[in-house]
Amino acid sequence: MTHSVLVVDDEPHILHSLEFLMKHENYDVRVARDGEAALTAIEEKRPDLILLDVMMPKRDGYSVCQTIRANPEWQDIRVIMLTAKGRDIEREKGLALGADDYITKPFSTRDLLKLVRHYLEPDESPA
Amino acid sequence: MLSGWSILLTSLAYLCLLFAIAYYVDKRADAGRSVIANPYIYALSIAVYCTSWTFYGSVGRAASSGIDFLPIYLGPTLTFVVWWFVLRKIIRISKAHRITSIADFISSRYGKSTQLGVLVTVIAVVGIMPYISLQLKAVSTSFNVLLQYPEVITPHPSGRVPVLQDTAFLVALVMAAFAILFGTRHIDASEHHEGMVAAIAFESLVKLIAFLAVGLFVTFGLYDGFADLFATARATPEVASLLTLSGASYGQWMTLTLLSMAAIVCLPRQFQVTVVENVNEAHLEKAVWLFPLYLLIINIFVLPIALGGRLAFPGGGVDADTFVLTLPMFDQQEFLALFAFIGGLSAATGMVIVAAIALSTMVSNDLVMPVLLRLTWLRLTERGDLTVLLLFIRRASIILILLLGYAYFHLIGESDALVTIGLVSFAAAAQFAPAIIGGIFWKAGTRRGAVTGLSLGFAVWAYTLLLPSFARSGWLPIEFIDAGPLGIGLLKPHELFGLRGMDSLSHALFWSMLVNIGGYIALSLRSHQSAIERIQAALFVDVFRQSSAQGGSRFWRGSATVADLRALIVRFVGKSTAERALGGYARARGLNLAKLRQADADLVNFAERLLAGAIGAASARVMVASVAKGEVVGIEEVMKILEETSQVIEYSHSLEQKSRELEATTAELRAANERLKELDRLKDDFLSTVSHELRTPLTSIRSFSEILFDNPDLDTEERSRFLTIIVKESERLTRLINQILDLAKMEAGRMEWELDDIDPRAVIDEALAVSSGLLAEKSVRLEVKLDGHLPRVHVDRDRLMQVIVNLLSNAVKFCHQTHGLVVVSAETRDEGLYVSVADNGPGVASENRRMIFEKFQQANEALTDRPGGSGLGLAISRQIVEYFGGRIWVESVPGHGAKFAFTIPLERAPVAQSAE
Repeated sequence: MTHSVLVVDDEPHILHSLEFLMKHENYDVRVARDGEAALTAIEEKRPDLILLDVMMPKRDGYSVCQTIRANPEWQDIRVIMLTAKGRDIEREKGLALGADDYITKPFSTRDLLKLVRHYLEPDESPA
Repeated sequence: MLSGWSILLTSLAYLCLLFAIAYYVDKRADAGRSVIANPYIYALSIAVYCTSWTFYGSVGRAASSGIDFLPIYLGPTLTFVVWWFVLRKIIRISKAHRITSIADFISSRYGKSTQLGVLVTVIAVVGIMPYISLQLKAVSTSFNVLLQYPEVITPHPSGRVPVLQDTAFLVALVMAAFAILFGTRHIDASEHHEGMVAAIAFESLVKLIAFLAVGLFVTFGLYDGFADLFATARATPEVASLLTLSGASYGQWMTLTLLSMAAIVCLPRQFQVTVVENVNEAHLEKAVWLFPLYLLIINIFVLPIALGGRLAFPGGGVDADTFVLTLPMFDQQEFLALFAFIGGLSAATGMVIVAAIALSTMVSNDLVMPVLLRLTWLRLTERGDLTVLLLFIRRASIILILLLGYAYFHLIGESDALVTIGLVSFAAAAQFAPAIIGGIFWKAGTRRGAVTGLSLGFAVWAYTLLLPSFARSGWLPIEFIDAGPLGIGLLKPHELFGLRGMDSLSHALFWSMLVNIGGYIALSLRSHQSAIERIQAALFVDVFRQSSAQGGSRFWRGSATVADLRALIVRFVGKSTAERALGGYARARGLNLAKLRQADADLVNFAERLLAGAIGAASARVMVASVAKGEVVGIEEVMKILEETSQVIEYSHSLEQKSRELEATTAELRAANERLKELDRLKDDFLSTVSHELRTPLTSIRSFSEILFDNPDLDTEERSRFLTIIVKESERLTRLINQILDLAKMEAGRMEWELDDIDPRAVIDEALAVSSGLLAEKSVRLEVKLDGHLPRVHVDRDRLMQVIVNLLSNAVKFCHQTHGLVVVSAETRDEGLYVSVADNGPGVASENRRMIFEKFQQANEALTDRPGGSGLGLAISRQIVEYFGGRIWVESVPGHGAKFAFTIPLERAPVAQSAE
């Protein structure tokens, strides 16, 4: 079965690269460019994993994550936060709001892929 | 029939009544239930000012010159109503220093100077002598007049009566006896003579009622009220003149007013009742209107009685000074005449008793004691109980003072009217005014200044007023007045140095005050104060700034044994008083004096003040010095005390100020703290924003680089697309870093500017050329509206272009997605060069119009598509424009585009600070 991934980022180039990487792994990929669009996409079809940027217009990543965790049906969606400010507090905040993990921009694409695999295919050896 | 005996018995009975009152009140006071502790008694006791001079003399003066008697009452009224604060200050000082008399006050102020105490005492005794003689004259005259009843004749003693048969002499002796009874019960002169005060207050009532009774009798008994009396007077030519203000010159009015203003403070007896006998400072508040009211009431009938007298006794056969008595006699009003006599007696005895007590205190404390203490062969300082000696001195001086008064009366005799004699005394007392007023308001007044002023003033007074009175009565050749001593015209006592055109009193006052005040000020400015003078000056002048607990001066720092001090106090104030005082002192401080061997400075000072109450400040100092082995304070201690006292103003003022400042500082601190927190937050925000802005392009670059690296099999088209992204994001990163550095440099003021006179048209053209690619890319239509002539501006060319390019790229970014339009215009305005760049995009909401010029602030919430850009362009543009002295802003109607505009002044304005 193909895992579905939702990529959320307001930077078109970053979004583009993430989309490419997920497609390359043969995941079912959808994209959203802000928080509102992300929630709409989730309601449309529940993804297995979300790569969620923090700093976005309209609705930031924290708020999206909080909304996801508030919905019992979405409890098992894996959420990986993408932070760019590089402050510990932001990571902690993300984790406290129910994110499964975080990764700091700029990231190594290999590390990102390992992390995604780790959450989507837990049978295989973790990173 | 009024026989001599019945008058005498009535008088004695009245005096006994007075004594009974005094005795009763004293007993009550001893029992701790003061009768006199109320402002009404206080005000009535101050009315001792109205002596027999008022009672008889005012009428006499009114009978000869109309309302000229008024200034004598106008002056005190003015002092009480307008200068009450002077009185209050004197009272406060006197309480703090246990002042016993006016001599004590002046000597205390100028460094507890014995010399000044002696000088003031001598002036007071000599100066008041005529005044006392006046009372003796009034009583004896009125007695002799009344003795003639029912005949109305003014007895003119032919030749001088033998002393022992002279009524005045007997009056003097009786009064001395009463003064001794009233005034020397307590040894501590600073303790209140409550009995005496009560008796004086009672006398003030009696004389007021008596005078009003005579006035009412004349006005409503002899005539049909005021209207009838005045009409009759107007119809009588020789009397009518009294009703006009023709008498004395205004100059004399002024003199009399000033003189009596000073007298109400400076006369020893007024000082006694107003200051020394004051039991509560608050009583002054009521007295300031009660006493003037008393003066007003007692003066209502002066003119009616004078008119009545002139009308009843035409031709001047009856002495006008006796009208109060002779008018009732004229109408055969036996009892009214007797009552009037008692009123006059009241007025006279009141004055004599108080004056004698006040003067005797001065004589004993400031004249005799200092001398005795200096006569070492008397070994006075080693004697046992001195209270007996002190009382003896006081009593002897009372007798002496009255005898001196009698002597003056006997010598001057009948030559002067009552008023004239009184004014001579007033002028003497007025000599104290400069030293007192200067002393409580002018810290720099020195002892030498006071001594000089007083001596000169007194000498001039004696020469221009006292000696002429002797001359007039034949004890000096009359040529002394008319031609000057030894025929020297310039020294004529009434025309000194050729000064003419003044009455003798104004003349005397002018010269005496000139030399007095002049000497006081000149010598004060030229001489230095000793340590103790400076302390006392500060304590007096700054009396309201000292804590009440501090009390008198802290002159001693030396040590004395408690036993010595105790023995000293006992000797002067008696055992019981001493023990009571020391016990109170010990209790107040929680000390056990029996166990204490060495007295500290506080106790020494306490002892000195206690003694000062009994023997005056100057003597007390000498006495304490004999047992206190310690040195006198040094200059540094003086400075300390001065700091504590004279600068308490700064203390309390600056305390207030400081607390205000503290509040302000706290507020400032809080604000600064908030600002710091804000700055910290901003810095944090800035760093995390910079971090975010840098990481974003970097993320793309790294991701695509790794994708390209890990996927060598990508097709060429995709490869080149990814590479283009990498290049674009690299450019973005470079631009961002440059902008951050620019901004940092500008904010830190380290930007290097190359200023030059620039043609703005060329800069705009070039900016348009640079941006043309961008415009074309988005197929945005461009309109350019430049005025024909644009003034040159003094700017950095590249920076100005940077601003315009920034605005252009913003406009392109935000303008309508499909039908983009950008309008660039430039013109000359009042503010200088005006350039604007407008787009037809969504516009900027009003709440964001300031914010977008802050760094990293984009009003991008409304945009679904976040435009590329660092968020630093507008912040940098603002920095640049402001550096040029201009301003930048945005105008916008949301939905209808935005217009960014800036101005640059033509005159090179002073560089706006480049660092925010």
